[in-house]
Amino acid sequence: MSESDPDVPANTGYDEWADALADDGYYVECANGHGSLPPRRVCPECGSTDLSEATLPETGTVATFSEIHVAPSGFGVEPPYVTAVVDFGPVRITGIVRDVAGDEVAIGDPMRPDVETNGATGNRLIVFRPA
Amino acid sequence: MTGVRVAGVGLTRFGAHDGRTGRDLFAEAALAALDDAGVDGDDVEHLNYGNFMGALAERQGHQAPVMTEAAGLRCAGTRYEEACASAGVAVREAVRAIRSGENDVMLAGGMERMTNLSTAEVTESLAVAADELFEVRAGVTFPGAYALMARAYFDEYGGGREDLAHVAVKNHANAVPNEYAQYQREISVEQALDSPEVASPLHLFDACPITDGASALVLVSEEFAAEHDLDASVAITGTGQGGDRAALQDRADMARTPAATDAAEEAYADAGVTSDDVEVAEVHDCFTIAEVMALEALGFFEPGEGIGAARRGDTTRDGDLPVNLSGGLKAKGHPVGATGGSQIAELTRLLRGDHPNSDAVADATVGLAHNAGGTVASAVVHVLEVAE
Repeated sequence: MSESDPDVPANTGYDEWADALADDGYYVECANGHGSLPPRRVCPECGSTDLSEATLPETGTVATFSEIHVAPSGFGVEPPYVTAVVDFGPVRITGIVRDVAGDEVAIGDPMRPDVETNGATGNRLIVFRPA
Repeated sequence: MTGVRVAGVGLTRFGAHDGRTGRDLFAEAALAALDDAGVDGDDVEHLNYGNFMGALAERQGHQAPVMTEAAGLRCAGTRYEEACASAGVAVREAVRAIRSGENDVMLAGGMERMTNLSTAEVTESLAVAADELFEVRAGVTFPGAYALMARAYFDEYGGGREDLAHVAVKNHANAVPNEYAQYQREISVEQALDSPEVASPLHLFDACPITDGASALVLVSEEFAAEHDLDASVAITGTGQGGDRAALQDRADMARTPAATDAAEEAYADAGVTSDDVEVAEVHDCFTIAEVMALEALGFFEPGEGIGAARRGDTTRDGDLPVNLSGGLKAKGHPVGATGGSQIAELTRLLRGDHPNSDAVADATVGLAHNAGGTVASAVVHVLEVAE
């Protein structure tokens, strides 16, 4: 963790990153322009350790999705729910779609990220709402 | 470098084994493999053992010494874990150990117990193979992950649920005569289409079942086989492994599995063959869409062509390239940590001529086994050839 250098994303920063999605979200960008999500010490594309935070686009588009009917025990979100991978250009993010029915979601739909707390686990839950 | 022969294979029946322990299942497969090989357990120098979720399912970690003891071996063992490719990588490392000259006789295989858990518990345990931070917390189950890939495939290449149903129908038909298969019964396209939705667009009959079972192989050096006059006609001539980003969202293309392509290219080069030489294949069809993507990654079909392979009859038992004559994971069952060893056991039986479906590939001399971990974040491919 690089508390001494505010320009370098913290290695333990998943929760911090998830919380940021509700406001101005960010992704990690390396010196060669590759995007990835934290926590990260090294760019997985090129090995660069010169990483900085870049502003996440406000909206992304659904790249793929599935309506899940069988959930893990104790997950905290009752099925059916829609899981989607949303494309934000430099990075893609996986989360649960809110405010739209499973049969109304389509590839290409615009979405904006948000964060909730999963009451069963206490973990951040990444969600998407129609943009 | 010495060649590697499959001297013997052993399997339990795949299915629900109520009241039996994992160690009992593995002992059954191991003893069957030693008996098939005509090799004494005292000659085994190391156990390479695959298991994925034993710490969750049976509260048993550190399984290698437990299984070594259960199989009656007096050697050390190592557990390999690479999700559903655990046994595949266990076999691969055994091949490498024999080729290096380090060992002459290895037992390799795996075991999984799954039916003692509820469906929700199994779903939770299997999800551990996905990326915990970026997928599991976001509600991605294993069927859900393959559903994301299926929808991405349909969007990119076309095809649909009916094409996938033909994969399930084919593999169920192949399983009918296989005494080790969980489901020795045929299904229809209509049954597959009408089964309950699990994770759209995938339905229940697109998915492999929850299974208990074990697999074991006795692998020996060519020299050991010759010195002991073993009947070991099938050789493992190629091995390869590929890796990819753990989370689907980080892949360049969610409808492709480049880890399998990398593993196959390494295995083909190792064996000195090409995809055109392969006459029979066992591929990792944990979901019907997984078989489609495997066929393309392994070089058998161009991208977008694999989806129609079963429907056209290309991969049925009478087709040019019969795929999953064992019944595949879909109908034979998928005890995850045992599957990679089971595929090679089935392929060995097919090539030796003592599999109930051997007549479909009576003249075949080259076979391929493809074992995938997670959403193919890891893949292991082996080429098997009839050596004599």
